[in-house]
Amino acid sequence: MDSAIAPYLFYLFSFVVVVSGLLVVTLRDIFHCALFLILCLFSVAGIYVLLGADFIAAVQVLLYVGAIAVLMIFAIMLTAKVSGIGIKQQNEQVPIAIITTVAFVAIALYGLGKTIWNIKTDVAIPDNTTMAIGKLLMTTYVVPFEIVSVVLLAALIGAIVIARRN
Amino acid sequence: MEISLAHYLALAAILLGIGMFGVLTRRNAVGILMSIELMFNAVNINLVAFNRYVTPADFTGQIFSIFVIVVAAAEATVGLAIVLLIYRNFRDIFVDNINLMKW
Repeated sequence: MDSAIAPYLFYLFSFVVVVSGLLVVTLRDIFHCALFLILCLFSVAGIYVLLGADFIAAVQVLLYVGAIAVLMIFAIMLTAKVSGIGIKQQNEQVPIAIITTVAFVAIALYGLGKTIWNIKTDVAIPDNTTMAIGKLLMTTYVVPFEIVSVVLLAALIGAIVIARRN
Repeated sequence: MEISLAHYLALAAILLGIGMFGVLTRRNAVGILMSIELMFNAVNINLVAFNRYVTPADFTGQIFSIFVIVVAAAEATVGLAIVLLIYRNFRDIFVDNINLMKW
């Protein structure tokens, strides 16, 4: 990544992530929320590219933007009668939730500003991460890799069993 | 102007806060699931940022974030199936109206 424009790209992507994230949690029409969720997830993929994680960015676009967001829109369409405009979408906890969230974010920002991170700058960042991640998934992390595929299979069967009509 | 680790962590903290606000205030169950996805993404930004700045050579954070994405996909699948089942039985997906197991 060209280091001259990288800071501007970071602020651009961060702005889009934060604004679209706020719209996801505040808009009344749940379908618009899903569209802004797609925008937010896409900008997070841009953040991954800035961090040099090209494989994670591709997985983000394929899985989140391609699969999960479509699944969300599918569920919204199937429950369209109660998702429409004109129905109150937020409960009575909004003021206390604002206080809690602002306090949490303030404490987190204060903490990470105070912490001294063990940053390593002398190691070279590899250009292409896909081959290294693939090798690690097939050697060091092969047991979690197999377990997570069983988890996916269980979720697949579980979703079919739960949503099936008798 | 250099972007440091703290910038990414601050972005992730703000995104986690936004997702938490959504989980606390949404009435629609699909909206709650979408807010949870925002929180998953905040965690993933943290993991990839730590991977880039703290352990750049051994890819621990990136591998972990792949597992987080896969588990998030499984969670979304099962969660939306449950939402559809609730909608079929109650004709309603507002979580404050579904209080059958609450007294």
